Amino acid sequence: MIESSLKQLAAALAAKQISAVELATEFLNRAEQYNGALNAFITLDKQKTLAEALAADQARANGPVGPLAGIPVAHKDIFCQEGWRTTCGSKMLGNFVSPYSAHVIEQCRAAGLVTLGRTNMDEFAMGSSNENSYFGAVKNPWDGAAVPGGSSGGSATAVAARLAPIATGTDTGGSIRQPASFCGITGIKPTYGVVSRFGMIAYASSLDQGGPMGKSAEDCALLLNVMAGFDARDATSLAREREDYARDLDRPLAGLRIGLPKEYFAEGLAQDVAAAIDAAIGEYKKLGATVVEISLPNTKLAIPSYYVIAPAEASSNLSRFDGVRYGHRAAQFEGLNGMYEQSRAEGFGWEVKRRILTGTYVLSHGYYDAYYLQAQKIRRLIANDFQAAFEQCDVIAGPVAPTTAWNLGEKSDDPVAMYLADIYTLGVNLAGLPAMSVPVGFGSTGRPVGLQLIGNYFSEARLLNAAHQFQLATDWHTRTPEL
Amino acid sequence: MKWEVVIGLEVHTQLTTQSKIFSGASTAFGAEPNTQTAVVDIALPGALPVMNKAAVEKAIQFGLAIGAKVNRRSVFARKNYFYPDLPKGYQISQFELPVVEGGAITINVDGVDKVINLTRAHLEEDAGKSVHEGLHDGTGIDLNRAGTPLLEIVSEPEMRSAAEAVAYAKALYSLVTWIGICDGNMQEGSFRCDVNVSVRPQGQAEFGTRREIKNLNSFKFIEQAIAAEVRYQIELIEDGGKVQQATVLFNPDTGETRAMRSKEDAHDYRYFPDPDLPPLVIGEDWIERVRSALPELPATMQTRFVGVYGIPAYDAVTLTASKALAAYYEATVAAGADAKLASNWIMGDISATLNREEKDISASPVSSEALAGLIKRVMDSTINNKTAKDVLRKMWDEGLAADAIIERDGLKQETDTGAIEAIVDAVLAANPKAIEEYRSGKEKALNALVGQVMKGSGGKANPAMALELLKKKVG
Amino acid sequence: MSLSLDDVKRIARLARIAVTDDELAASQTQLNRILTLIDEMRAVDTTGIAPMSHAQDMQLRLRDDAVTAADRRDAFQAVAPAVENGLYLVPRVIE
Repeated sequence: MIESSLKQLAAALAAKQISAVELATEFLNRAEQYNGALNAFITLDKQKTLAEALAADQARANGPVGPLAGIPVAHKDIFCQEGWRTTCGSKMLGNFVSPYSAHVIEQCRAAGLVTLGRTNMDEFAMGSSNENSYFGAVKNPWDGAAVPGGSSGGSATAVAARLAPIATGTDTGGSIRQPASFCGITGIKPTYGVVSRFGMIAYASSLDQGGPMGKSAEDCALLLNVMAGFDARDATSLAREREDYARDLDRPLAGLRIGLPKEYFAEGLAQDVAAAIDAAIGEYKKLGATVVEISLPNTKLAIPSYYVIAPAEASSNLSRFDGVRYGHRAAQFEGLNGMYEQSRAEGFGWEVKRRILTGTYVLSHGYYDAYYLQAQKIRRLIANDFQAAFEQCDVIAGPVAPTTAWNLGEKSDDPVAMYLADIYTLGVNLAGLPAMSVPVGFGSTGRPVGLQLIGNYFSEARLLNAAHQFQLATDWHTRTPEL
Repeated sequence: MKWEVVIGLEVHTQLTTQSKIFSGASTAFGAEPNTQTAVVDIALPGALPVMNKAAVEKAIQFGLAIGAKVNRRSVFARKNYFYPDLPKGYQISQFELPVVEGGAITINVDGVDKVINLTRAHLEEDAGKSVHEGLHDGTGIDLNRAGTPLLEIVSEPEMRSAAEAVAYAKALYSLVTWIGICDGNMQEGSFRCDVNVSVRPQGQAEFGTRREIKNLNSFKFIEQAIAAEVRYQIELIEDGGKVQQATVLFNPDTGETRAMRSKEDAHDYRYFPDPDLPPLVIGEDWIERVRSALPELPATMQTRFVGVYGIPAYDAVTLTASKALAAYYEATVAAGADAKLASNWIMGDISATLNREEKDISASPVSSEALAGLIKRVMDSTINNKTAKDVLRKMWDEGLAADAIIERDGLKQETDTGAIEAIVDAVLAANPKAIEEYRSGKEKALNALVGQVMKGSGGKANPAMALELLKKKVG
Repeated sequence: MSLSLDDVKRIARLARIAVTDDELAASQTQLNRILTLIDEMRAVDTTGIAPMSHAQDMQLRLRDDAVTAADRRDAFQAVAPAVENGLYLVPRVIE
């Protein structure tokens, strides 16, 4: 059962071969068994999960239900969920039981999906290794010495270790794609505005986007059908017709033009990753795709641009964590400012503080034009690069990250080294494009490699099609780690 | 040294919407603390703002009313600072691209018109309130007001006296209540003024360093606070000191201003465009719709009053202090009252009584029709002016029509020549000295005698007729 | 650009984060490394490029003016650190 696709699980549930309660119990037992070692979940609440599963079974008994009703889903602990502790990986929200639910959660609940638990993450989604969680680092299931990637490391690990059939994630600078790549699973970051940000705790509002993380492109398409949709409560949510992201899965790839940005294959890309990516491109050619070299000349500038814009927005977004209405309040302090300063010093971890301080600085008096405005102009240059590229190709392909997963602790003292590893993922967020990670093999140390596919705006169905066809022809996505 | 005072105003007007600017919580005043707060208003993690259309529409109305440019594209920005009544740690406001730019308002001080130019008007959210009473320790935060839509209206520093500043505030107040974008309830904080004050030696081109007096919610306080601030700044400079830029509060009890503590890093608000809110785009068609629905504005109405009713400009300005007052005036004239008499009565006895009783014209017990009824009796000489004042008082108190009171109390003016003649004869007989004076060329001597005739008639004699008779008999 | 210890102190103060002296020195080093990384973009000629503050080129959607939020004070204040008489309680603020 744990290897089953969502389609298979849905069929089994529909045929009453298994109940939602039985399914949830099986995954809960696995999650409980392995969470000690992997630390993929911050919160597991058997009672709540089984109550939701029971409700799903009753709904099915009472009439027709949605295609994913009764299937367990692990939610990144960034989506507010009423009645569930929602920590965002932070001590600041260590005791925060949300009084309301995110749009994504509402949609999943309405579709009858069962909340399996709340997955670990880098604090406030800031990080690429999941070592920045107040609740401890997550382990990569392929190698206990490796990081799972971040910030959606808990979701990636949960799916890779088959503790959950599917999970939600968010991606601000690569936080779905990079952990998906490091853990050998499939994940998609949709076009900005496709998934509502309402109730999704903000890191960098103009970049944040929720998306599914699953065993396959097909599974991701099915969950994206649930997660996506217009929401009037998010002013950046796009009012578009509902679409079926699985509609093009079976389309042949003949004639697909794949663009390979030369900047993504330049110095800095590890050889083992390059080899796996090359092999995947070869597979695509076999499937009928044509390949063209393209250029994204401002790729390198994505790092400075992102590390101005994201911290700037974050410094403001995280000001609400002041210990007044919810969240951590220090026990000892003097006066109002003492309360603020002490509560925030205790409640936030160092990466979060660094980004708040960086953001505060770049927005502060006298530096705005030099930093923030300049970063926004470069953001435009980067978005323009992609548009020029899409005149030559339908999909851009390249690595998700320059290397496979690094070792726990390897970069934790060096934030800049960690930032540089985001080079291939940041541009997509700055431009607001959809992109995904597809497992395409393993590096020299046996750690997974992910291929990044980037599409133009609203081309999710095309990306998922490209990934699905690859997965029909290969079995990388079915490989599982030994636990 | 002669000092020149330079004043600019930033006025926060609460817009009359049902719901908040970025949430569906109610804006009604006076509810139990924190019962009118949506997830956005208490800034729960993940909560997002959604813009209220009515607030935008009211900003457009204002822009059109002051002849300003309504920007077709404006941008919401975050103003970042920490304060417990500001739940997000930033206020959503507008910075580089406000919704309204430019425009002007004409004020009148001591009979002289002066045009005050406006810099801009922008939309923003109000903060919550701090409460100190009834708590064991500390300060309580009520976020019911947080997110109430505000239009912040910023003037150029073009006022040169407290009187001008007050006249500007009053003109602005009259306008925003006139077009109905603000309820004008100053006690509830619907119209709050921040006043920037600086002084400079007369003739100097550069401005002096300004201090900002925050949150004045009465015209009287504006006047007092400016006076106190000007005094402070001039004394400081004359004593060899330098004015430091500061945000100050006015204490009405002591009549003094003092610097606020919480605004130490106020100069670094780290404004940037709010990523949660795309640019506000206002189409031509929307602006035209608002323009065509706009009521006649005070200035236009004043011109019309002078032209149509032939009243002095001063009267026209006074009568258009509020839309209700102007409507009352027009209805009085429409009911048959002479335009100038109606103006005199409304600006005189009616306003005085309303002021004394702290009532608004809409609460006047004497309707415009009733007032016209009274004025008509003056016009047709049924009663004289003095009697009319008494009748009005009785109308006010008893709610009766003028005719009913005149009839009941027998106040009809005496126009029977014979009856008045008898009184005139008696008065002349008792005042031979006055007759002498009149005959020797002192015209005014007879005026005193008119008063005696009136007294003798119990106020009912027609004074003009009495004078005529006196002249005839003496002449 | 290089930040002095005083700069870091000022920024931490603006951000309302207490920083000990030891942390201050470490922060200074790391922030300066981050700024060096960021400084790479400052030399780029962006004359005539419009800044991009949103990922999508869209207009602000406007909502009708209607009261839609119910009173949920009890639920909201269940997670509050300190509440009295329905008010959020903070250390005494003196203006």
